[in-house]
Order: sequence, then structure tokens, then C-alpha cells
Amino acid sequence: MDLKKITSIALLITLVVGIQLTTQLTGTSYYLTQLTMTMYSCLLIIGLCLVMGYAGQISLGHAGFFAIGGYTSAALTTTNLLEALERGSGCVGLLNKMGLLVSSTSLFGEPMLTVHPWLACLLAIALTVLVAFAIGIPVLKLKGHYLAMATLGFGIIIYRIVLAVAFLGEADGISDVPGFTLLPGLTVNGDIGNRITNYYIAATILIIGFVLLLNLIDSRVGRALRAIHGAEDAADAMGINTARYKLYTFVISAVFAAVAGILLTHYTGGISPGDAGVMKSVRYVAIVAIGGMASLWGALSMGGLLNFLSLRGFFGSYDDAFFGAILILIMLFAPQGILRLSLWNKFKGGKKEVQ
Amino acid sequence: MSLLEINDLNKRFGGLHAVNSVSFAVNQGDIKAVIGPNGAGKTTLFNLICGALPADSGSVLFNGGQILGYRPFQIATTGISRTFQNIKMFPGMTALENVMVGLHTKSRSGFWSGMLHLPFTRHEEKKVRRRALELLELLDISAYADVEAASLAFGQQRAVEFARALASDPTLLLLDEPAAGLNIYETAEVARLITKIQQQGITVLLVEHDMSLVMDISDEIVVLSFGEHIAEGTPSEIQHNKEVIQIYLGE
Amino acid sequence: MSLELFSQYIFAGITYGIIYAIVAIGFNIIYNTTGIINFAQGEFVMLGGMTAISLNHFLPLPLAIISAVLFTMLMGGLIEIVFIRWLQKPSVLRLIIITIGISILSREAALHVWGDSVRALPYFTGNVVSSVDILGASISPQVLWVLAICYCLVIILSLFFKFTPLGREMQACAANRLAATLCGINAKNMVTFSFMLSAAIGAVAGCVVSPITSSQYDMGTGLAIKGFTVAVLGGLGNSMAAVAAGLLLGIIEAFSVGIGFPLAFQDAIAISILLIILFVRPHGLFGNKEAAGLKEF
Ligand SMILES: Nc1ncnc2c1ncn2[C@@H]1O[C@H](COP(=O)(O)OP(=O)(O)O)[C@@H](O)[C@H]1O
Ligand SMILES: [Mg+2]
Repeated sequence: MDLKKITSIALLITLVVGIQLTTQLTGTSYYLTQLTMTMYSCLLIIGLCLVMGYAGQISLGHAGFFAIGGYTSAALTTTNLLEALERGSGCVGLLNKMGLLVSSTSLFGEPMLTVHPWLACLLAIALTVLVAFAIGIPVLKLKGHYLAMATLGFGIIIYRIVLAVAFLGEADGISDVPGFTLLPGLTVNGDIGNRITNYYIAATILIIGFVLLLNLIDSRVGRALRAIHGAEDAADAMGINTARYKLYTFVISAVFAAVAGILLTHYTGGISPGDAGVMKSVRYVAIVAIGGMASLWGALSMGGLLNFLSLRGFFGSYDDAFFGAILILIMLFAPQGILRLSLWNKFKGGKKEVQ
Repeated sequence: MSLLEINDLNKRFGGLHAVNSVSFAVNQGDIKAVIGPNGAGKTTLFNLICGALPADSGSVLFNGGQILGYRPFQIATTGISRTFQNIKMFPGMTALENVMVGLHTKSRSGFWSGMLHLPFTRHEEKKVRRRALELLELLDISAYADVEAASLAFGQQRAVEFARALASDPTLLLLDEPAAGLNIYETAEVARLITKIQQQGITVLLVEHDMSLVMDISDEIVVLSFGEHIAEGTPSEIQHNKEVIQIYLGE
Repeated sequence: MSLELFSQYIFAGITYGIIYAIVAIGFNIIYNTTGIINFAQGEFVMLGGMTAISLNHFLPLPLAIISAVLFTMLMGGLIEIVFIRWLQKPSVLRLIIITIGISILSREAALHVWGDSVRALPYFTGNVVSSVDILGASISPQVLWVLAICYCLVIILSLFFKFTPLGREMQACAANRLAATLCGINAKNMVTFSFMLSAAIGAVAGCVVSPITSSQYDMGTGLAIKGFTVAVLGGLGNSMAAVAAGLLLGIIEAFSVGIGFPLAFQDAIAISILLIILFVRPHGLFGNKEAAGLKEF
């Protein structure tokens, strides 16, 4: 890592710690809950930024991947397997022997036997990867409109599925999702007493994800992605397997979305069909666009700001309208993102960036 | 022995027979030129060889192996490199980065090592950067290494494109009108460069409009007109070929 | 399956199918003149229906519908003028995102104006229970209205493109924009016209189906995606094929319900078809690759 990157990350960490200390000093630590949720959304957004800004592919279905992650993990960690065990299901028995199931008592005092969150998490990611490949292979051959419609269609299918399947709670979604103990002492859950820990867990995961992506775009692969985005036929002639690069990028960003879904679901204790909705996907696209498409820093900062404001109810009942309006305004007047308006450019010394 | 062998190659665009049963061979170590009036199908022929367009029928043998039907990136990895008639720099990337993309097939690091920034990746990046600089130096444009390639002067962009194409150590280099848009000094420079490339043992297949350039440096010439193979031979043979003279005078 | 049931499904299928086809034609008209897929196409249908319902409170039905269509047409033109006309060489991605934004704004505006209640226009003739017997199936007279009006619309449109000067100019623009401009056609105006035309036919569809399917502020997205599926199925830009493709999709959907396919997944059928078609035949079922290049109404 070069010096510039290290300093920026150090600044980012200082900001994270600074915010937490400020809330503590001013007695406003209730903000931390929304900040934590914001940071998980940002994880999805930086993943989408990789696909849109660097690989040049639009995805209107990222809420779908978020939902696949969240719902899979929620369903697995809330389904009581005790009955299946008593019925003598070999599979459940085997999992139990391997220590992959956990016992607990439900809110109503019934004994519960559920899949361990780690196993649920891994299965959720595996499912996401599978679906991302299945969708990505046909869809990434497409360009422009076709790709947008196809990913939109994928998002709608996922939405319909979670809305219609009884096992996934239909319109109510899944609630009472247990916490996710990442390491002893580090549990992702919504307990008030655990708020600060959770804030730092989210920040750590987000920053790790962010650094991974920063590294990626600075590497041979990132260079290849920018080349593909800029002039696909020339990139092809340089021996870059363009189809495969786009596919892998898509899968990586799907995994980011799924991880965001998993952690946010365990944090808030539930997930509902609204999280899989098309409007959510559009909102993510809007934030990436506002951040300037090919700018991970832009996506991160705008994702942080706008998600937080939205969660605070800043936009009232005009929440969706706000994102629609800002999407249009940005695309009309500042297709390079607001961080790259001409004024800002002069300020930065007019550095040119990838379109 | 011939390095590239094209047999009975065909390509139609709707009713237009852009490449019509073309056959010829390129000998190892030669500079071979394809000439013909505008719209003769020269660029299309290149695109067929590189896999950028699917051929309707025929065969293209490289080093004795069939490469027709391969995808462009696969063909690039077999050792065929190309430049484009309308220069295609990667926008937003510096000259150096453009050449570094050209070194793609010469480096390994993938998604995992890129994300984790493993020591071997860092080492490889350094090597790639050094090699790219060497190539820019070879073409006398290292001064522009950190300038955005697309904003360079035309001649310099050509040079970057050459460096980028040479980066993958090709055995066959396809140049599509390398002197298009250049003045006579720059054209002479390109001619010198192509001969230099040949001296390094790289075979060159060249499409060019500039007759003097072609006549000076080519070992052999193929003439296409309306997609058809009209004549083939040494520069002096072509200069005296009646049919060729007719095509060019009739143009 | 009895004959009655069979014709019942067929009628349901062609009713929905023709609506999908109208939405698809709306896509095609704009696509042909601009190369844009207008993601707000479904919102035109919603806007037409909802406006007509409101106007019908104080205007007689035919007048309400006509005014609603004119209003939507105006909105279509305005949208193009405000959001698209003045952009210089916008990229496809940019245009897609802009039309998505327009679709969200229209939907949100509709939500704030009309709320989220489900409304419907009254039946053009008769009421919910009246029916006509055709081939043993009892069909609502509104179905006949839908079919008659939509088929007329398709015929009028093709006549418009073949025989009127404006229609021909739009065709010329679609075929070769540069050449058309050189011949003195104002390509920018043609784009505005195409948005107006597309909005108008969307609004007509929104009005005629409203009694059967009801209208709601968020009905647009679902319709847009099915309309797009149909447009792609027929080959993007080819509107006659879109009619066939629309009927095909409508009938498939109707029979899927008939064989007990869960209603909740009905949308999934269209989208799966879309994904499969995009994968295996992106130039459409009826077109071939060469024809896909030639844009025709
Ligand atoms: N992608 C394409 N689609 C349709 N026609 C094409 C395409 N590419 C080239 N052509 C046509 O094929 C003919 C040969 O073009 P080209 O190979 O570019 O000629 P040259 O490079 O010899 O000037 C021209 O008439 C051109 O219009
Ligand atoms: Mg050419």
C-alpha cells in the first residue's frame, strides 16, 4: 500500500473513532445504531461501485443479493430443527454431532435448536455466489438496456419469492433473528448494551472490505477492469478475458451485498420484503452515481451521508422521491458525480479521472 | 515456413461480401503488407484474424494451429498482437498504464492476490511498471509516461499503441494503418520502427495506405479490392502489376 | 380442460397480451427514434388510468379518457424536453438512469396525489357482472372493448407510420438519423413526438384496462418489465412482432394460472422468459440478427 492510501485509511479510522467519542461525550450514542446500519449499507454500496464504476456494468438487482444473504441466514438461524432431530433426520443429527447447531430458548420459552450463525452465514454466501454465477453468466453478455432490465427482472423475482414463500414469512418477513457471535465476546446484535461494540464491528468490517476493494482497483485486475470499461475491444486484444473479469467482479459485489444483508439482519434482528424491493436497488445505484461512479471514496462518503440521513427520517415521506430526484439531477448536471463538479476539480488541481 | 496461413476466408455483412475467399500466407520474419482502396476489407480481414469478428467460413492457421473461432483474448495469448486503425487508447489512463495493460498476459496476479495485496503482487507490479517504462523508452516517449494517453498528440498516441502492442512479446504483430494521420517525418519514423521490430524477430502484417511506406519496407504485398485477393508479390512485382495499377488509377 | 375453460383462458390471455403489446410498442417507438429504452414507459400507463379516473368525477367517461390521454401525451413531451432534449451525446447508462429517475418521480408524485388506494374506471358498457357468451365462455364486455380499441390502435399506428408525413419522418429518423437531418427533418422534434406518441398510447392502454385490472400508483414497474419482455421477445424495435409476442406471453400467463401455477409467481414467468430470451436469442424470437439491425416500426 502506498503512503497516500495508508494516510487516507488512517484518517477514516480517526473519523470513525472520533464520531463514537463525540456521541459518547454529548450523550447521543443512540446515533450509533443508525450509523451501524449505515455502515452495513455502505458495504453493499462500495461493492456495487466496483461493478458500476470500474467494470462499467449496471446492476438494478443488488437488493436481491442483499435479500438472498439476509433471508438465508435469518431462515436458517430461526428455524427450529428440534422436531427434525427427534424424528431422526440423519442430516440434522450429523450437523448436531459436528456442533454446527445451537440450542436456545425462544421468546416463549420453548427449546430451540437452530443452525449456527457461522454455518448459516457461509451457506448464505455460498448460495449468493451460486446465484450470482447463474445470473451473471447469461446477463453479463448483454449490454446497456438489456443488462439493466435483466438485473431489474432478477431483483423483482427475488422480491416476489420472499413475498410469496411462507417459509420466509411472506409480507412480514422474518423477525427474532438471533445475534451472530463472530468471535467470543463479539456479537452482532441489537442489544443497547452492545451498541458501541457493534459500531466498531461494523466499522471494522466495512473498512476491511473497503481496503480490499481499494487494493483490487490498484492491481492488475483493476487496471484490466478500467481498460474493459474504457475500450472493451482493445482490452480484449490485450489478452484480457473480458467476460470472466466482468463475471468475477459481479460475483464479488454480490458477495459484498450478501454479507451486508447477513450482518444487518442479525443486527436489527429481522428482514422484510421491503429490503429486497426494487426501490432499494435503485437507491443503491443512485448513491453510487452521486459518488461519481468510478470512485470508491465517493461511494463510501455519499453512502454514509445519504443512508444516515434517510435512516434519520430526514426526507420524511419523500424518501424515495428524494433519491429519484437526486438521481436525475446528478445524471443531468454532474454525470461524474457531485464530488467531481468543476469547482471541486479545480480545488483538487483538475485531476482527470476515468469516465 | 509460414507463420500465418489464411485459407479461403469469407465474411459477409448482409449483402456485402467484405472478405471474399481470401487466401495468403505470411512467412516467419517477414514484413507483409495488405493494401487496397478504402472499403476493400482490410480492417475486416484483421478483425477476422484477431477473432474480433466471426468469419463465415475458411481457416486461419497460426504456427500450424487453427485459430479461427477463438475469442480475441485467446488469440492475443497465442502471440498475436494488434493496433487499431482509429487508435484506441484506454481513456483516463496514463501512457504508462496503457502499456501496463499491454503486459496483461505477461503477469499473473488475480482477484485474490489483488485484493490482499500479497508480496508477490507488489513484486510483480514493480516488474510490470519497469518493463512498461522500458518499452516507452524504446519508443522514445518515456517523457510522457504519466500523461493521460488520450490527450497526447496523434503521433505519440501511435507510439504508445505500438509499445502496448509490443508489450505482450508477440510473434506476429498486426498493424492497421500505422501511418494514418501522420506527417512525412512521423511516417518515416514509423517505417524505421517497423524495421526495428522486424529485426527483433517479430513478424509484421501491415495494412497501409501510404504507398511509399509500403514499398520501402515490405518484403511482400497482398492487394485486396472489394474483398477479393487481386495480386500478391514483392513490391516491384506489385508496382508493375497491370490490374493493381488499374485499381489505383481508377480510384 | 373443457372448451369453455379453454376459451376463457384464451380471452384472458389475449386481453392482457394486447396490453403488454401496447406497452412494448411504446418502448419500440422511443427506441427506434432515440435508441433509448424508456424505463418510465409503465408510468405512462399508470398516469393515463389514474388521470382518467380523477377526471371522470366531473367529466363523462369518453371525455375523461380523451383528456387523460392528451394530458399524458403532454407530460410525455414535457419529460423529453426537460430531461433529454438538451443533453449532448449522453451515454446509454446515463439515459437509462435518467429514465429510471423519471419513473420513480412519477410514481412518487402519483402516490402523493392519489394515495396508495386501488381505483378503477367504470366499465365502458354494463358492469362487473355483465357478460357476453363467446365460444361457450362468458366474457366481460370490457374485454371486447380492450381488444377492439387496442387492435384499432395498432392498425392506426401502422397506418400513421406508413402514410402520414410525420410518421414517415419519424421512420426516416429511426432508419438513419444523420441522413434524415440532412434532408431537413428536425431529429430533435421527432424525438419529442416519439415520447408524446408513446405516452399517448400508454395512456390509452391504461384507460381501457383500468376497469378490469384496476389502477394503482405503483402498477408501472410490473407492466414495464412485461412490456420490455414482449418487446425483446419480438425483437427490439419490431412492433408487429411485439403484438404476436404480447399475445403469446398473455396466453402463457393465463394458462399458467389455469394449471395451478401460484399467482404470486406469475411475474416470475415473464421475467424468466426475458432472461432466457436475452441469453439465447437477444435479437428476439421472430427476428434474425440482420433484421435486428434494420429498425422498423
Ligand atoms: N461491422 C460492420 N457491419 C457492416 N458493414 C461493415 C462492418 N465493418 C465493415 N463493414 C463494411 O465492409 C467493407 C470493408 O470495410 P473495411 O474492412 O473497414 O475496409 P478497409 O479497412 O479496407 O477500408 C466496407 O464497405 C464497410 O462499410
Ligand atoms: Mg480499414
